[in-house]
Amino acid sequence: MTTTRRPVAEDLFTWPAGPDDPPWLIGSECAECGLVSFPAAPDCVRCASTESKRRLLADRGTLWTYTTQDFRPPSPPYDGPETFEPYAVGYVELPGELLVEARLTEPDPGRLRIGQPMRLTLVPYTVQDDGTEVVTFAFAPAEEETP
Amino acid sequence: MTEAVIIGVGLHPFGRFPGKPALDMGADAVRLALADAGVTWPQVQGGYIGSYEVANPDAIVGRLGLTGVPLRGVFNGCATAGTALALAARAVETGEHDLTVAIGLDKHPRGAFAADPSVAGIPSWYGQTGLFLTTHFFGMKINRYMHEHGISHETLARVASKNFRNAAANEKAWRRTPLTPEEVLASPVLNYPLRQFMYCGPNEGAAALVLCRADQAHKYTGKPVRVRSTALRSRRLGAFEVQSPSFPVGEPVDSPTVDASRAAYELAGIGPEDVDVAQLQDTDAGSEIIHMAENGLCKDGEQERLVAEGATEIGGRLPVNTDGGLLGNGEPIGASGLRQIHEIVLQLRGTAGTRQIPGTPRVGYTHLYGAPGASAVTILST
Repeated sequence: MTTTRRPVAEDLFTWPAGPDDPPWLIGSECAECGLVSFPAAPDCVRCASTESKRRLLADRGTLWTYTTQDFRPPSPPYDGPETFEPYAVGYVELPGELLVEARLTEPDPGRLRIGQPMRLTLVPYTVQDDGTEVVTFAFAPAEEETP
Repeated sequence: MTEAVIIGVGLHPFGRFPGKPALDMGADAVRLALADAGVTWPQVQGGYIGSYEVANPDAIVGRLGLTGVPLRGVFNGCATAGTALALAARAVETGEHDLTVAIGLDKHPRGAFAADPSVAGIPSWYGQTGLFLTTHFFGMKINRYMHEHGISHETLARVASKNFRNAAANEKAWRRTPLTPEEVLASPVLNYPLRQFMYCGPNEGAAALVLCRADQAHKYTGKPVRVRSTALRSRRLGAFEVQSPSFPVGEPVDSPTVDASRAAYELAGIGPEDVDVAQLQDTDAGSEIIHMAENGLCKDGEQERLVAEGATEIGGRLPVNTDGGLLGNGEPIGASGLRQIHEIVLQLRGTAGTRQIPGTPRVGYTHLYGAPGASAVTILST
């Protein structure tokens, strides 16, 4: 049986065709003042313009802050698996764009630190009754350059 | 404009009251406040009432008396009670009413708040994937703050321990078992670095105030408490706020608490150095620490020393959350801010019993913060 996968929402991130096709977050940029938004927003919260254009966001950034989720969130709205595995959440600063909140692939707070380089990835966060994996975006610690 | 003063306060205990509707708790609180003021319900000319769970809190007139009084429902998240008080005071100040009430009541089920993110204008995936939790924000905000300003895990634990100790001396508080900092640090992590006993819990309760014109206060009380200022602010672009899938890069922008606090001090003509006792939104131990600085009561990072020295204890230089705060009382959203005012009024009257701060306090300060980035500050004085 082939596992089918689908993104948790349309127009949230690009849906890669293969391993050499990395994902990108889909944001927007105000046509008037250039404010970058995520998720893509039709209206600008800085200049109140209603004109915006689609923009792919940087896939790398640094960890601005983080926390962990050690209890299963209330369902609904959470639709993760019944067997709960703690996960981490953080804000990653995408330079010159914005700070984006996301799940982190590393659940151990002892292995996370503010300022850590991070890169975008996709993770299956739940499996539906028919076996479909539902995928969302997350940030993973990026390998740091060794001097 | 005339000035509004508080002449009566009433508090229904906070906790769990199976079978007792929120409206009944609210009616009890109003009757206590009316008795404290020495007035009867038919004398009340108007009021403002707040609740998260009760669709029509103004239905409380069905318990109190169908006098035809205008009772307006208000809601501003965790800043609801600050809004109810502000509007009640405004009604007196502008001359609309000579005698008015502010009421808050709520009855939340156990556990973290659950809602569809769409009610907050946020897409569904944010909730489905486990990001729509207010507790994340508090964990992430204090984690960043500790990194920037050198606050220790022990200080988080000391703040929680203080509030539980204060609550133990408060017969109307919910969590009345004192906990040592070691016991707080031994509780499980819920959202790093925050542990179970560093968080408040949603619960049930009600509170009410009676306000009147300052020039008529002598008819009711010898110890009116003056409403010196109220201020409410919402988040500005660039501030790090609860339930934000993203926010802009750039220079840090002040939180709505900083904005509301500055406005309230300016309106009152009172500075942070004049505050004798404060009630700050302690959704979690980290929030109390951050809010000390955001309300101008200390500099960023000074909390580490102030807490270690006991400055925020009942006998300290700047007592904070003398009734146990949200940690000790829990948070019925609509009532929470009026519970803060109730405590400040007792402190300024000198009738807070074993919780009474020493000396003759003149100025009290209360602060609320909640989703989606709203803050309310009230400054009271004798």
